[in-house]
Amino acid sequence: MAIFKKPTLKTSQRKKRDIPQGLFQKCPGCEEVVSEIELNENLRVCPRCDYHFAVSAKERIGNLLDSQTFVEMDADLKSIDTLRFQGMASYKDRLKNYQERTGLTDAVISGHGMIEGYKVALAVMDFGFLAATMGSVVGERITRAIEYGTDERAAVIIVAASGGARMYEGMLSLMQMAKTSGALARHADARLPYLSVLTNPTTAGVMASFASLGDVIIAEPKSMIGFAGPRVIKETTHQDLPKGFQTAEFLEERGLIDMIVHRKKMRETISQLLGYLSSAP
Amino acid sequence: MDLQPLDFEKPIFELERRLQDLKEHSREHDVDLDSEVKAIEAKLRDTRREIYGNLSAWQRVQIARHVQRPFALDYVERCFTGWTELRGDRCFADDKAMPAGLATLDATRCVVITHQKGRNTKENVMRNFGCAHPEGYRKALRLMRLAQKFNLPVISLIDTPGAFPGIGSEERHISEAIAVNLREMMNLRVPIIAAVIGEGGSGGALGIGVADRVLILENSYYSVISPEACSAILWRDRKHAPEAAEALKLTAHDLLKLEVVDEIVDEPEGGAHRDYETAAFNLSSALRKNLAKLLETPTDQLLKKRYKKFRGLGNFAESKTNSGR
Ligand SMILES: [Zn+2]
Repeated sequence: MAIFKKPTLKTSQRKKRDIPQGLFQKCPGCEEVVSEIELNENLRVCPRCDYHFAVSAKERIGNLLDSQTFVEMDADLKSIDTLRFQGMASYKDRLKNYQERTGLTDAVISGHGMIEGYKVALAVMDFGFLAATMGSVVGERITRAIEYGTDERAAVIIVAASGGARMYEGMLSLMQMAKTSGALARHADARLPYLSVLTNPTTAGVMASFASLGDVIIAEPKSMIGFAGPRVIKETTHQDLPKGFQTAEFLEERGLIDMIVHRKKMRETISQLLGYLSSAP
Repeated sequence: MDLQPLDFEKPIFELERRLQDLKEHSREHDVDLDSEVKAIEAKLRDTRREIYGNLSAWQRVQIARHVQRPFALDYVERCFTGWTELRGDRCFADDKAMPAGLATLDATRCVVITHQKGRNTKENVMRNFGCAHPEGYRKALRLMRLAQKFNLPVISLIDTPGAFPGIGSEERHISEAIAVNLREMMNLRVPIIAAVIGEGGSGGALGIGVADRVLILENSYYSVISPEACSAILWRDRKHAPEAAEALKLTAHDLLKLEVVDEIVDEPEGGAHRDYETAAFNLSSALRKNLAKLLETPTDQLLKKRYKKFRGLGNFAESKTNSGR
């Protein structure tokens, strides 16, 4: 605790100089400085206050699955600018930009693998790619992962994070909500388990589709989860938002979420749930 | 009622006023103004064709939001008989933004679920501007299950700016209410027809929009985000809403091309608000025609087709090698 004591100097300029970029950062939870090494050794959770930092989809898959069992599916799917969307930057440019920046082809990685010997179909969203908005590729990969689960009689696990629908794809983006939810209807009919894991943040169109449909809904601590953005709600209602509004804890209290699970306990919790809900491995 | 012109309609209204003045003058003073009247009538026809024949996406959004546009219950009154409203989600409240109930289309008994806007402040307070809370979607689901139990088709009339972004909405899980409807509608074992009659505002519209046939009135729009909000995000300013409306491809014709909707229902020239009876006649004809076909389809085939229809939506590139299976 004492090693990285919060700098006493208040100017932001000074702080920046005290924190070499890339090696250290200030934890949004406790405002203490944490090192990248510490974070990486701790599943990117603050060792002091348990604040859960963002994690890439790849890292999450590594943390969740039995080692060497992940097989990626549909990596070849690529987004198309069907609407030829031009704003201040074109959709095409944005896609290219994020692909270069993240090394991902789109905002979700999907495939199958094992958790403690249980076969699972898995889709993990990556907020680093265009705020993990759901366009056709995200919707298609998730749908195919669910259908794979149905065909192979495997559980489905989706780790969600999203800013919502991808407006650059217009209504095709909205329709992914129906597509993914429909695939889950069939998976449910086959009496197979679906575990939904909500991470920071999971909102809008993703929350209003597959993310809300888990047989069990798990959330990481303090994740922001909701339908509308807090600013929109404030502007619409002219009301003060309740304390802790739209956090995982708030929603657990109000009955949406089954459990809040620390990232370190996630794999263990999921395998325990699979033990109850899956047929034997 | 006096029609309220939209900005782009002003030339038409001006000509209509002049024509009326001329006719009155001719009558009152008993003078023959036939040739003048005919000239203005011709000009009016051309102007109408020019303006209404070339509506931009943004102009259609304005027509879709016209305060005098027929709302869901106007259609219920004209297309159906024996409307019997059923209220409440049996859990928290009755959502007056989503009236729903039983009604008969010709001889077919149906469950009808709707979004309803208000025409004045008092009505809008009651209807919450057509923005439903979770209770609306849960009532809709309750009635869809009732429809399934009694083997009645479901007709859904969509007209909402969006689900309500409020504290209660979030506290009672609007996301979950919509999501559950998407899942349950996919497997509902009765025919479902959805018709976008005005505004198709994002998830709030889709929440009663998973259907075997999705119809849209000619000047309605259906969009993932409002043009204003899209403009605010992309241009950091709501003033670019007309460009955003264009970019979003939210008009009936664009959506038909994208296969998001199955059929466009014609409106009277200038929009449904200019002639309620014609608009309602067109909608009820479309509903009857589609319903007849769906009622002939065996249920298992219906569900397969419904799944396939939504399963196929989305555009992406794919190399032929199917990886990872
Ligand atoms: Zn911390």
